[in-house]
Amino acid sequence: MWSIVHKMGSPPWFYRFANRAIAWLLPIVLLALVVGSIWGLLIAPPDYRQGNSYRIIFIHVPAAVVALAGYYVMATAGLMSLVWKIKMADTAMRALAPVGAALTFIALVTGSIWGKPTWGAWWVWDARITSMLILFFLYLGVMALSEAFDNKAAAAKACAVLSLVGTVNIPIIYKSVDWWYSLHQPASIKFTGESAIDTSMLYPLLLMILAFYGLFALSVLLRMRTELLLTYRQSAWLNAEVS
Amino acid sequence: MLPELGTFLRFQAQRHLQAALRRPGDIVGPLIFFLMVVTLFPLGLGPDPAVLAALSPGILWVVALLSSLVVSGRLFQSDYEDGTLEQLALSPHPLALSAMVEVFCHWLLSGMSLALVSPVFAGLLNMPTQAMPVLMSSLALGTLCLSLIGAVAASLTVALRRGGVLLSLLSIPLTVPVLIFGTAAVREAALGYDPTSWLALLGALAAGGCVLAPFAIAAGLRISLEA
Repeated sequence: MWSIVHKMGSPPWFYRFANRAIAWLLPIVLLALVVGSIWGLLIAPPDYRQGNSYRIIFIHVPAAVVALAGYYVMATAGLMSLVWKIKMADTAMRALAPVGAALTFIALVTGSIWGKPTWGAWWVWDARITSMLILFFLYLGVMALSEAFDNKAAAAKACAVLSLVGTVNIPIIYKSVDWWYSLHQPASIKFTGESAIDTSMLYPLLLMILAFYGLFALSVLLRMRTELLLTYRQSAWLNAEVS
Repeated sequence: MLPELGTFLRFQAQRHLQAALRRPGDIVGPLIFFLMVVTLFPLGLGPDPAVLAALSPGILWVVALLSSLVVSGRLFQSDYEDGTLEQLALSPHPLALSAMVEVFCHWLLSGMSLALVSPVFAGLLNMPTQAMPVLMSSLALGTLCLSLIGAVAASLTVALRRGGVLLSLLSIPLTVPVLIFGTAAVREAALGYDPTSWLALLGALAAGGCVLAPFAIAAGLRISLEA
């Protein structure tokens, strides 16, 4: 089991692994995205109250779910880089932050577009929206910190510490925002509970969530491979690998 | 000959407090900043006493948060520049504890002084008198949390030339719970309700922060020393 951890630390091994994984993931993710989008946007029945406007859920919810999970993946990579000093975990963290920030941004924008027809406002200070906005700030902080250091190893360690501090804080932030929301305004707006969703809408949604997880993994691997190409562009193994 | 841990920490505390007290401008400056920003709100919102009283818990807490961020940029700065931090990191006594001594002295002079004078600013904004003790205690507990968060961010940015904006960027998302609990306590007290539960939550945050933050601060300082 430990051999895989040692292998993960080796850039040449990881480069070959990333090449194989991308070759496998790319068609699967594209297929799942196309099937899920057609199923969700065209085949699934319209909502009896929201009509067709609810269909943005098939983009909004997967983006939000994966954005949240992405922070924990980033913190785990940070822990690996701090404890075991695995080189590729550093690269993974740098690759993860912008992808996670982009997904959070997609979730915020689609939520805002969805909010206009259903709530009548582009932005409502709802507990979940506010938590997502703070998650977006946390991602931006990690990105800004990794940009600020000249020394790449120090940047990775600093980001690892920051993302771990953020991980400890995320549950507290969520709970406090929840209380803040119930303190400020009674629940005037309620989502339809996720358990109340009909299977004809649930299955395409689950497919889209899986597709977004795949898309997340794919973008991270692509970014990591690009960074490897950039970092090791003068080393012999990479030139042998490419040519 | 290295002194015992207790003596060592007392020396550290003495050094920080003496250095700070010799430059009283650094203690008074943030308070003047606080006063000036509070002055901007009636100018921006209009002088209606009822409006100001209703908004005063939020205004005072947000301004306290900002001025705490402004001063936490100075944490570890002079020790980093003159090499003291390197000596502290090399010493056999834990860096986490000597860093905590600095954070604690910093909070005593910035956060506590702000909490002590806050009733004056609350009076300027027409806050009900019964809320003022709660404002003071919530600020005292809350600024300790803010100093700890600021210290984590400062430990990561102390080696960077343009750390100032970055420090705020890193701290602000983490300060959200402190702001929520602090304003809630003051607002409840202003309305005549019991604010104990909110103050207890702030106390829990401060206690938890005192336990966990030192490790993050020490790790951050070691990274900054290597960078």
